[in-house]
Amino acid sequence: MPTLSPKELPSADVTAGQLEQGHSLWSDAWHRLRKNKLAVCGGGLLIALALLCFLGPFFSQSYESQNLDLGAAPPSAQHWLGTDTLGRDLFARILFGGRISLMVGLVASLVALLIGVTYGAIAGYVGGKTDVVMMRIVDIMYALPFTIFVILLMVFLKDPMEKFDVWLARFPLLGDTRGMGKILLLFAAIGAVEWLTMARIVRGQILSVKKMEFIEAARALGYGPGRIIFRHMIPNILGPIIVYTTLTIPAVILLESFLSFLGLGVDAPMSSWGTLIQDGAEKMEEFPWLLIFPGGILSLTLFSLNFLGDGLRDALDVRASKD
Amino acid sequence: MLRFIARRILETIPVLFIIVTVTFFMIRFVPGGPFTAEKAVTPEILRNLEAHYGLDQPLWRQYLNYLGSLLHGDLGPSFKYPNRTVNEIIAETLPVSFELGAEALVVALLLGLTAGVLAAVKRNSWLDYAASGLAMTGICAPTFVVGPLLVLVFAIHFGWFNASGWFTPIDRVLPALTLGGYYAAYVARLTRGGMLEVLNQDYIRTARAKGASETRIIFRHALRGGLLPVVAFLGPGIADILTGSFVIETIFQIPGLGRQFVTSAFSRDYTLITGTVILYAVLIIAFNLLVDVVQVWLNPKLKFE
Repeated sequence: MPTLSPKELPSADVTAGQLEQGHSLWSDAWHRLRKNKLAVCGGGLLIALALLCFLGPFFSQSYESQNLDLGAAPPSAQHWLGTDTLGRDLFARILFGGRISLMVGLVASLVALLIGVTYGAIAGYVGGKTDVVMMRIVDIMYALPFTIFVILLMVFLKDPMEKFDVWLARFPLLGDTRGMGKILLLFAAIGAVEWLTMARIVRGQILSVKKMEFIEAARALGYGPGRIIFRHMIPNILGPIIVYTTLTIPAVILLESFLSFLGLGVDAPMSSWGTLIQDGAEKMEEFPWLLIFPGGILSLTLFSLNFLGDGLRDALDVRASKD
Repeated sequence: MLRFIARRILETIPVLFIIVTVTFFMIRFVPGGPFTAEKAVTPEILRNLEAHYGLDQPLWRQYLNYLGSLLHGDLGPSFKYPNRTVNEIIAETLPVSFELGAEALVVALLLGLTAGVLAAVKRNSWLDYAASGLAMTGICAPTFVVGPLLVLVFAIHFGWFNASGWFTPIDRVLPALTLGGYYAAYVARLTRGGMLEVLNQDYIRTARAKGASETRIIFRHALRGGLLPVVAFLGPGIADILTGSFVIETIFQIPGLGRQFVTSAFSRDYTLITGTVILYAVLIIAFNLLVDVVQVWLNPKLKFE
């Protein structure tokens, strides 16, 4: 056992002011995170990008106004990243596409989070046979070709979603709802696929806090399982949940772009990064900037998210591996 | 071990049954049939077509018929390609996808294992940083960005390869690199992590103390344990390579099953879709089982439960 140096020994003459500056788990984690340059860069970049994507379209040029005389023009002072074959400003389209890609990434991850945490918490809390059956189901679902099912869902629910769009258009108060059905479908389809790992992680964590005294105390006070799980257990396992959610977002953004690239994502004139890349890949021979800029932005975002996720994992000292 | 395999195979049967059922009904409950897109089909012709393919029968009948022929390994006729069966189409396109997948896997393992082992052995050297940075880049650059970029640079700019197609051996290079490079990045990261963990263990120190050479330590002693995370990844990884080839086959216009699946999903070729989904499910489950067996074989601490 290492001996404590005098400096570290608790001494009686600390002032009250110093005593109050305890370090909570979160402030410790925040300090560690701030020392990780890559994670800080990633986080800063993401915030900048999100601000640009959500506020930018109000200031920049329209993402759908065409200038057919101009056609596809290389980057210039007027159009920073050039224009596409219909003369639409690529910078504005990337920002607008970023809105959709980031939104799908966030919301679908939240859907996955919700399903995964609830499922994992129930399995871990109830335990016994229920746990065995529930986790066996997760094991089996791991082995299924889920990407294929998402593709099927996107193809076959296309028409119903277009009808839904028409129905939604009757409510002018909602603003521009074109393509909303497809986006909602993306949220649901991707969220329904990505929750499995979260369920496993949460179950494991719940099992580890289940036997602790404060849970017994809560039970002795007569609290119901819902309150114990969500008020007492979940706050104590937030670390792994946050880390894994951060790592789910890039996976979701990637899946959305993958679907959009195959032509299953949002429809024109809207754009997501995936559709822009697909468009660029078709025309790269003559207009390489149409591929390079959207591809670069997507990669940069995935980079930032991964570095931030890794940084958070180290900062919160989560040892949960990806599976 | 045989009992383990037998149990897993038995477990697979209800899973496959559920997949078949879900796919079958999902496709049929959605508006729009395989013949709705065809222009100017008179009602009589439509009726004849439907009768020919058994679509005029009640749904439960169609389902039972399908299950019946499935038991004989018959996936039925294609709805879009007249006079072709799904079995024929799969027999024609699957080998192409398999070849691409196998080549990609070779690329992934060769590049990934080499980079991962080097990075772990020369930990915190420039080699490690270069390999780890490259791996992170690989993970963050999706295949549908890298693929077109490779085409842009090596096919269009330098003219070393054809931009698309699947005719000569040289046509295999860019697709295999694109698909394999992505997984090489994962393999490199996992190998590095696994090797680092193993290299700190007592039995490696023992081997060193006994005077084993560094090469022998790495290849005889460490690699076996260090490979465990890679093997665990290969189960889902092979499934990913199979589905990942959808994009690759689309980019490079390769006549494989992946591209066929995407086309058939758009054209609502019911039987071809169901057939492909079942096939993919069987393949993925089989690969996962294989990986589980290899894992226990590599790591005696695990047991067949």
